[in-house]
Amino acid sequence: MAQKVLDGLLKHHGSAVERTGSQHGDEIAWIKRDQLLEVARWLKTDPSMLFDAPVFVTAIDWLDYRPLNRPPSEAWAEGKPRFTVCYQLRSQTHRHRIRLEIELPETDPRLPSLSSLWPAFDWQERETFDMYGIKFDAHPDLRRIYMYEEFVGYPLRKDYPKEKRQPLVRRDDLPLNPIKAPGHGDR
Amino acid sequence: MATDAMSLKQLVLGHKDVQDLTDVEVEQPPDLMTVNMGPSHPAMHGTVRIVLTVDGERIVKSDIQPGYLHRCFEKESEHATYTQVFPYTDRLNYVSPMINNCGWAMAVEKLMGLTERLPKRTEYIRVIVSEMSRMTDHLTCIGASAMELGAFTAFLYFLKAREWIYELLEKVSGARLTHSYIRVGGVSKDLPDNFHEELTHTLNETEKVMVEVVAMLNNNKIFRDRMAGIGAMTKADAIATGCVGPIARSAGVDYDVRKDYPYSVYPEVEFDVPVGTTGDCYDRYLVRVEELVQSIRILRQCLKQIPDGPVMVDDPRVTLPPKTHTYNTIESMIRHFKHIVDGIKVPAGEAYTFVEGGNGELGFYIVADGTGRPYKAYVRSPAFVHLSTAGQLIHNHLIADVVPIFGMINMIGGECDK
Repeated sequence: MAQKVLDGLLKHHGSAVERTGSQHGDEIAWIKRDQLLEVARWLKTDPSMLFDAPVFVTAIDWLDYRPLNRPPSEAWAEGKPRFTVCYQLRSQTHRHRIRLEIELPETDPRLPSLSSLWPAFDWQERETFDMYGIKFDAHPDLRRIYMYEEFVGYPLRKDYPKEKRQPLVRRDDLPLNPIKAPGHGDR
Repeated sequence: MATDAMSLKQLVLGHKDVQDLTDVEVEQPPDLMTVNMGPSHPAMHGTVRIVLTVDGERIVKSDIQPGYLHRCFEKESEHATYTQVFPYTDRLNYVSPMINNCGWAMAVEKLMGLTERLPKRTEYIRVIVSEMSRMTDHLTCIGASAMELGAFTAFLYFLKAREWIYELLEKVSGARLTHSYIRVGGVSKDLPDNFHEELTHTLNETEKVMVEVVAMLNNNKIFRDRMAGIGAMTKADAIATGCVGPIARSAGVDYDVRKDYPYSVYPEVEFDVPVGTTGDCYDRYLVRVEELVQSIRILRQCLKQIPDGPVMVDDPRVTLPPKTHTYNTIESMIRHFKHIVDGIKVPAGEAYTFVEGGNGELGFYIVADGTGRPYKAYVRSPAFVHLSTAGQLIHNHLIADVVPIFGMINMIGGECDK
């Protein structure tokens, strides 16, 4: 059933699709970013597709990707697209699913927002922006959602160290070791 | 479509029609006021901040700001082995941790191609603990919401029933709340002795409590006035905003992962999926009550049908060697060590796996790179999606209506903020 979705997509928007594939029962279509909005609109409205229900948006940062037991060509290298943005869609009528993946270069991580078609993507695109720094064009309100405004960098990027701390409130006025503050410790 | 939405709105809004409110507004001062609700507010489930712009008592604009409970689930998971992620999933939805455990285990099993190979007994145990977790989730949600509307007895009765289930889950897993009971390829240990009798007894007692609470709430004037017609959502809106679970079902969306994309042994048990009509808070409450009844039905069937057998799949990639071997042979010792330190080796690939959580479709999207740690782990948390619709739901309602709407959205801070 789901293979039909990929076939239909290739038939109607073959030029927008870079490649398609299936993995573990998930149907995936890699879409060119300049035609994403057009393809998404068609997927939502075409009677044979009717992807009316949004599921999730997220991104993948391929910077450290070096899979084991695979040819080295699959590993990430300079010049390959660094980010992939995934849109998972579901059809309430036909009960099929599809994942759209859009590859983005490191220098220009932006793509059109789909929140006008599926309102649920509003917050999820904000989350992806917050965590990966992907810019969604024409998003109504692209702000950080989990982190605070003053936060610098994008925490889920692979070059953001896990141990890095950015406390919102700096207490430079406090002594480093309160026990050794005057009045304590020296009896 | 527009007329449908209008008539539904008029029908469910009842005496709280927008027009009525605007009549009152004439006597109010004309300027708007900003009110902060949260992040730490007794009526908010978890920590979430809402900046409300109110016209008198009526909400005209709201900005909902989650994130106060963000604990970097995804970043931590990328640095943990697949087995070490289980404790983190416990802390996502902390009122139904077993379902989160199951979801993560199933996602890893899907990547390893183990889904079809699990022993039957494992699948039944997983369904049993999942349904028990669903019951604790709904008992908490209904009980806490009733308490916020003044019905303290209902809260205490339901928490009493929840405690029985927690005690039983503690006997099963060893921990009351953060179970970490499920493993990739099975469960950590078999059910304890007398589990059948104790669960049967608990279910019977819980049913009695439910009769009492439902009698207290269903036709209670205050409860109905506060719930019926509040925070209504149309079917089309529920689908477009990504709502799932009891919230979507109360609006008439017939979608339940257990029926539509059956997993585990759900096809082998009989149960119904309750669907509402108006999509308001009262319908959400009724759907949850009916789901409690259906969970009890599933549990009783599972107790009858559960077969004997092993509780772990027989596959050296995911199972630890037996302890007698670990302590007596060097090969098993090494295997044990590699398993713990390097983690389960999952072949490179990506997969999205979803289960029916307490709040609806709970999914895990994993990108594996062949090592023992996920390259990327993403959780599709239903609470986050539901919270994003809250701004729309509380629009044009009174400040007091925020409480039942948030109660029935059942926003779980840990899951929403990851």
